[in-house]
Amino acid sequence: MMKMNKRTKLILTIALAVAVMLLLAYLDANRAQYSYGIAILQRSAIYAIVAVAMNMLTGFTGLFSLGQAGFMAIGAYTVAILTIPVEDRPSVYYINGIADALANASLPLWAALILGGLLAAFVGGLIGIPVLRLKSDYLAIATLGFSEIIRAVIAAPQLDRITNGSYGLKSIPNFGSIYDVFIIAFLCILVMILIINSSYGRAFKAIREDEVAAEAMGINLFKHKGMVFIISCFFTGVSGGLLAVFMRSIDSKTFQVMLTYDILLIVVLGGLGSITGSIIGSFLITAAREWLRFFDNPLIIAGFQIPLFRSGFRMVIFSLVLMAIVLYYRKGIMGSKEFSWDGLYRFIHRLLSRVRRKTPGKEANHHE
Amino acid sequence: MSDKRSVLRLDDITMQFGGVVAVNNLSLEVNENEIVSLIGPNGAGKTTAFNVITGVYAPTNGAVTYYGETLVSNFPQSKMKKMYAGENLGKYTEAIRRTPDKITKMGIARTFQNIRLFKELTVFENVLIAKHMNTRAGILSAACRLNYKEEKSMREESMELLDIFGLSGFKDEIASSLPYGQQRRLEIARALATQPKLLLLDEPAAGMNPQETNELTEFICQIKDDYNLTVFMIEHHMNLVMEISDRIYVLDFGKLIATGTPSEVQSNQRVIDAYLGVTEDGE
Repeated sequence: MMKMNKRTKLILTIALAVAVMLLLAYLDANRAQYSYGIAILQRSAIYAIVAVAMNMLTGFTGLFSLGQAGFMAIGAYTVAILTIPVEDRPSVYYINGIADALANASLPLWAALILGGLLAAFVGGLIGIPVLRLKSDYLAIATLGFSEIIRAVIAAPQLDRITNGSYGLKSIPNFGSIYDVFIIAFLCILVMILIINSSYGRAFKAIREDEVAAEAMGINLFKHKGMVFIISCFFTGVSGGLLAVFMRSIDSKTFQVMLTYDILLIVVLGGLGSITGSIIGSFLITAAREWLRFFDNPLIIAGFQIPLFRSGFRMVIFSLVLMAIVLYYRKGIMGSKEFSWDGLYRFIHRLLSRVRRKTPGKEANHHE
Repeated sequence: MSDKRSVLRLDDITMQFGGVVAVNNLSLEVNENEIVSLIGPNGAGKTTAFNVITGVYAPTNGAVTYYGETLVSNFPQSKMKKMYAGENLGKYTEAIRRTPDKITKMGIARTFQNIRLFKELTVFENVLIAKHMNTRAGILSAACRLNYKEEKSMREESMELLDIFGLSGFKDEIASSLPYGQQRRLEIARALATQPKLLLLDEPAAGMNPQETNELTEFICQIKDDYNLTVFMIEHHMNLVMEISDRIYVLDFGKLIATGTPSEVQSNQRVIDAYLGVTEDGE
């Protein structure tokens, strides 16, 4: 089979990048018309960060963690508290007032995002010390528990003057331009890709493959697991911060376990151990949820109302599709492979040859 | 033998799991540039002894010394105090533990009885990972590729090892797709990539046919000389053991029953009864 040379690949990659930029520029120019589409793309990009961060833990290091929602909450609250305009704060904290130290503390978005990430990483580090001694399912359960604890702490009345307790935070200023999310997502994912492809990334993979052998190769399990956990928490925190800005108002219910499951779904569907899989997965799933809204509206065919079409039916279909995928397409979209032009070429080639093989068969049938 | 420097010494090692004494009061010594074998019937506690040396298990009682430095030392504590069924109680009062990665960094590398390669990774990556423990770069500088020089030399050294082991042709193959004999070879290559002084081989010839075993015999002698290694191995292929071992230790039910040169061990009645059986059996 023909293989593409490097130049063709480079041209294709540049073409793809230009196409994406043109698309974004077009959407930006017609913001009013495409606001819905832009929102879907932004949410997808935010989910892509946290999905890749989770994949780094689950897919590359073999640590099954379910604490994403908690760490996103830390990032989200940090960003929200520090970016709500000072003049709007009295109206946001109208019931309990804001803590004096925070009343005038304000940071630009980028700094708040980094701080949110660092805070999430710090908490992740603290939680990691006891939790990372656990393996597989136990680790998942423990992180899940800690994630709920973080959520409960945020909503606790004692923190009313900081997190506004169960009232949530609103009036979070929007992004400066629609590019912000995509640029930040690109940078975050780039850093994670670089880490995974470094010597440390190989050590993470070794831990996933065989802990005993990895340790016998001189890899300090605790140090490396701690490292990957903290890094993953950092980017999860950043994406939580972006989510807060995207949603404009957050409360502790935003960060329930369901959010973690959404991300898990993206990671598994995209393919454990595939970064491009996670990215494709996040765009596909976020978009699919919206496309499937069609099932939520009553459907009337020839004066007869199909009984199942009502609000909530969308999620039934969604779950069925997922079940089918998990049953018949277990490795996800990408498996553990990364996207490559060669791979795409082979895929199209296979598809075409399958179509070609079928067509003569059909013609033969017609003749009979 | 006594004029050589002692590399590894086990003193009164007892390993007890609950009520089962897997290794009972084992003392042995491996000297520099020797090939020493540990043999014995299945379940005699050979691999357990290896696991104690490499830090996978902490012994219940006893000490392991490596180049004069205490590597591991333990005595029965808490619940084990009452249950302890071994000897030399009270002789050791220090509890020193080292994790397997630290022990590997000190220069002891091992292979595993049931091959433990990084199955989904390529042959090259398998060796390259063993080089990771020497990286001086932090994770951030590694991510930014500031350690490209180090990375380059890691890659070159790994490639060199693959060449020596005749595996460079399989460089980009997935490790689990290699034929069995090559997988064993790769495991030894990977262990050597950690630049050990002492190499522990746990049944390196398991599942190999006579021809492969012969190749392996030569190969072990060769790498021992090339890398100035001391080799301590567990093996069931008696041809291999008798041919290359300087000394042999024989374990049965966790206890040392004989020690000596191959010819001494071969003629030892206790060894014949417990393990070798009628002479043809071992050949």
